[in-house]
Amino acid sequence: MSADALLLARIQFAFTVSFHIIFPAISIGLASFLAVLEGLWLKTGKTVYRDLFFFWSRIFAVGFGMGVVSGVVMSYEFGTNWSGFASAAGAVTGPLLTFEVLSAFFLEAGFLGIMLFGWNRVGPKAHFVATLMVAVGTLISTFWILSSNSWMQTPQGVEIINGKVIPLDWMKIVFNPSFPYRLAHMTLASFIVGGFMVAGCAAYHLLHGRRDPMAKTSFSMALWLLLVLTPLQVIVGDQHGLNTRRYQPAKIAAIEGLWETEKGGTALNLFGIPDLSAETTKYAIQVPHLGSLILTHSWNGEIQGLKDFPPENRPNSTIVFFSFRVMAGLGMLMVLTALLGLLLRRKNQLYETTWYQRLVFCMGPSGIIALLAGWITTEVGRQPWVLYGVLRTADAVAPLTADQFGISLLVFVCVYFVVFGTGIYYMLKLMRYGTLPLGATHFETSKHAAEYPAFARSALARPTEAIDQ
Amino acid sequence: MQIDLPVIWAAIISFGVLVYVVLDGFDLGVGMLFPLFSQRRDRDIMIASIGPIWDGNETWLVLCGAALYAAFPLAYATLLPAAYLPIVLMLTGLIFRGVAFEIRGKASKTRHLWDLAFSCGSAVATFSQGLILGSLLHGIKVIDGRFAGSPFDWFSPFGMFCGLGLMVTYCTLACGWLIFKASGDLQLRMFVMMRRLVLLLVGAIVVVSLWTVSGQPHVAARWFAPANIPYVMPVPVLVAVLAWAILSSLRNRFERAPFLLTLGIVLLGYVGLIISIFPNIVPPSLTIWAASSPPVSQRFTLIGLAIILPIIIGYSCLAYWVFRGKVEEGEIAQH
Repeated sequence: MSADALLLARIQFAFTVSFHIIFPAISIGLASFLAVLEGLWLKTGKTVYRDLFFFWSRIFAVGFGMGVVSGVVMSYEFGTNWSGFASAAGAVTGPLLTFEVLSAFFLEAGFLGIMLFGWNRVGPKAHFVATLMVAVGTLISTFWILSSNSWMQTPQGVEIINGKVIPLDWMKIVFNPSFPYRLAHMTLASFIVGGFMVAGCAAYHLLHGRRDPMAKTSFSMALWLLLVLTPLQVIVGDQHGLNTRRYQPAKIAAIEGLWETEKGGTALNLFGIPDLSAETTKYAIQVPHLGSLILTHSWNGEIQGLKDFPPENRPNSTIVFFSFRVMAGLGMLMVLTALLGLLLRRKNQLYETTWYQRLVFCMGPSGIIALLAGWITTEVGRQPWVLYGVLRTADAVAPLTADQFGISLLVFVCVYFVVFGTGIYYMLKLMRYGTLPLGATHFETSKHAAEYPAFARSALARPTEAIDQ
Repeated sequence: MQIDLPVIWAAIISFGVLVYVVLDGFDLGVGMLFPLFSQRRDRDIMIASIGPIWDGNETWLVLCGAALYAAFPLAYATLLPAAYLPIVLMLTGLIFRGVAFEIRGKASKTRHLWDLAFSCGSAVATFSQGLILGSLLHGIKVIDGRFAGSPFDWFSPFGMFCGLGLMVTYCTLACGWLIFKASGDLQLRMFVMMRRLVLLLVGAIVVVSLWTVSGQPHVAARWFAPANIPYVMPVPVLVAVLAWAILSSLRNRFERAPFLLTLGIVLLGYVGLIISIFPNIVPPSLTIWAASSPPVSQRFTLIGLAIILPIIIGYSCLAYWVFRGKVEEGEIAQH
C-alpha cells in the first residue's frame, strides 16, 4: 500500500462524506419543520402553514433525493476503499448500519412518496402520519449513524481476536461513552442548519419587501427555534468537550494547539498557528486560565499537551485548531443573532430592521459551515486512528492502486460538483422564487381537498402570495 | 440442532438482492425505455408511474450492501474492491438518475439534459450491475481474505454481455410495469415492444447460461450431475413455459400478466445463479461460512431484522397500494 493511495483514499472519503452530510442535516431539520407545519395547519386551519408546508416540501424533496444518492455511495465506500476496516470492524459497524437501513431508510423512503405525491390518494390524517414518519425516520437514522461513529471514536464492548473485532456487549457498543453527547450535538446541529436556512430565506424575502404572513411567520418561527436551540447547543458542545478530554485527550490537545502539559492552569489559545515539526503554536494569542476553565470547569485544571503522545499518535493540530475555531466562532455568532432577534421582537421591530435581516440572510448557510467544521474537527482529530486506539487508518485502506483511487476520486469530484452543484442551485432557486408548487394546485383540485381545514378559504386561482413578484 | 446462521443470512441477502433487482429493475428499465418515447406527456406518465416509489426501491440496494457488510464482512471487503470501477460507475449512474428525478420537473430550459441524465444514468447503472454480476460468476481471486486480482479483472466479453443481458431484463420488467400502469396509446406501444423484449430476454438467459456452463467446469458439473438433474432441470423448462405464457398474455392484451410473469422469469434466472454459486459467496473459493462475521453479530442483526423486516414489507406494500392502478391525471403534472 503506497502512501499516495492512502492519501487519495482519505481525500475521497472526506470529499464524499462532506458532500453527503450536508443533505441529511438539511433533511433532518426540514423534515421536523414540515411535520410541525402540517400539524399546525391541520390544527388551526391557517393557510399560511399550508403554504409554507408546500414551499418547503419542494426544497426538502430535492435535498432528500441528493441525500439518498450520495448516501448510497457511502454505504459501498466502506468496502471499496476501506476493506481493511470492513473486515476488521464489520462485525460491529455492519450491524449498526443494517439497523439504520432497516429502521430509518425504509421508513423515510416508504412514506416520502405518500408525503410528496399522495395528496390525491390519502386523507389528511393519513398524510400527516406519512410526514411524521419521514421526520421520525430521519431522527432514527441520526441515532444509528451517530452510534456507529461514536463507537469508532470511543470503542467499547468488544474484544480483539486476530486483529478482528468481536462484539461482546451490544448495549455497551451502541451506548458507548461519547454517543449521548454526539447524538445530542448532531441532532441540535441539524435543527439549527434547518433553522438558519428557513430564517435566511425569510430574511431574503423580507429584504425584498415582502411582508405577507408566509415570510413573517417563517422568520418568526425559525428565530424562536434558534433562540432555544443555539444556547442549548453551546451547553451540549461544552459537555461534549469534557467527554472528549476524558476519552480522546490527544484530540483536545490538538484542537487547543497545546504542546506542553502545564501546571497551575492552562491558557486558551484564541489564535495561533500550530507548527507540527517545531512542536509549538506560533503567534499564539492567549487568555490565561481560560483553557482550564472551559475544559475542566476549574481554575487550575490540568490538560494534557501533545508532547505527552508519541508523534505517530498525534492528530494534525493545524487543521483541527482552525476547524474547531470556525465552528465555535460561528456558534457564538448564532447565539448572538438569536438574542438580537429576541431584542428586536420585544421592540416590535423584527420585521422592519434591515440590518438585522441582512445579518440573518448572511447567517443562512452558517449552520452548514459550522456542521462541516465540527465534523472535520472530530474526524481529523481521531487520526491516525480509524478505530480509536485499535485500528490505524493506514491499515484500514483497501489493497488498491493509487491509480484506482485517483480515477474514482476524479470521477466523484466531477460528478458531485456537476450534479450536487446543480441540485444546490435548484434548492436556492426554489427558496428564491418558490411559488405555490404544482403539488398544491393539484391538491386543491383533488378529491381529498375538501377534508382539509381552511381549504375553502384559500383562493384557487390566485398565485398565493407569489414569491417571484 | 444448531441453527446455521450463515445459511439464514445467505437466504436473507439473496432475498434482498432479488427484491432489489425486481423493484429497482423496473424503475431503472423505465429510464432506459425513456429515449424511445419523445412525447413530453408519455415521458411524464412514465416518470409519474415510478416517482413515488423509486426511493424505496433503491433502499433495497443499500440494505443489501449493509447486510453483506454486517453478515459477511469478508465478502464485502473482497467483492467490492474487486469490482471497484463498475461499482463507482454504478453509483455515478444512480446519482445522475436520482437527481434527475427531482430536478427534471423543476427545470424548463435544461429539461432535455435531465432527461438525458435520467436515461443514461439508468443505463450505466444497469450495465455496471451486469459487469459486477459477470465478475462474480467468473470468479474473484482471493488470497488470505484479501482481493488479490488485478484492477480490470471485471473487464471481459462475458462481463459485457452480462451487462447487456441485465439491461434487457430491466427493460422487459419496465415494459411490463408500464403496460400495467399506462393506458391508451402508450400502453399499446408497450404491448408491441414487450413481445420483442421477451424474446431478447430469453435469448440473453440462454447465452449467459451456456457461456457460464462452458467456461466453468464446476458449474457445469453441478448442473449436469445425474443426481441433480431432477432438481435443476425444472428451471430452464419453466423459463420456456413462462416465456410462452407472456407471449400469449400479450396477444390477449392482459394488463397484469406480462409484468407478473416476467417477475417469474427473473426469479428463475436468479435461482439459476444461486444454483451455480452456492455455497460460495465470492466464487470460486470463499464460502458463506468462511466469510461470516462472528455469530454474535449475525444473531444480533438477525433479531432486529426479524422484527423490522415484516414491518418494512408491510408499509412498502402500503405505499404501492396507495399508488395502485393507473397513473392519475393530476399526478402527471407533479413531476
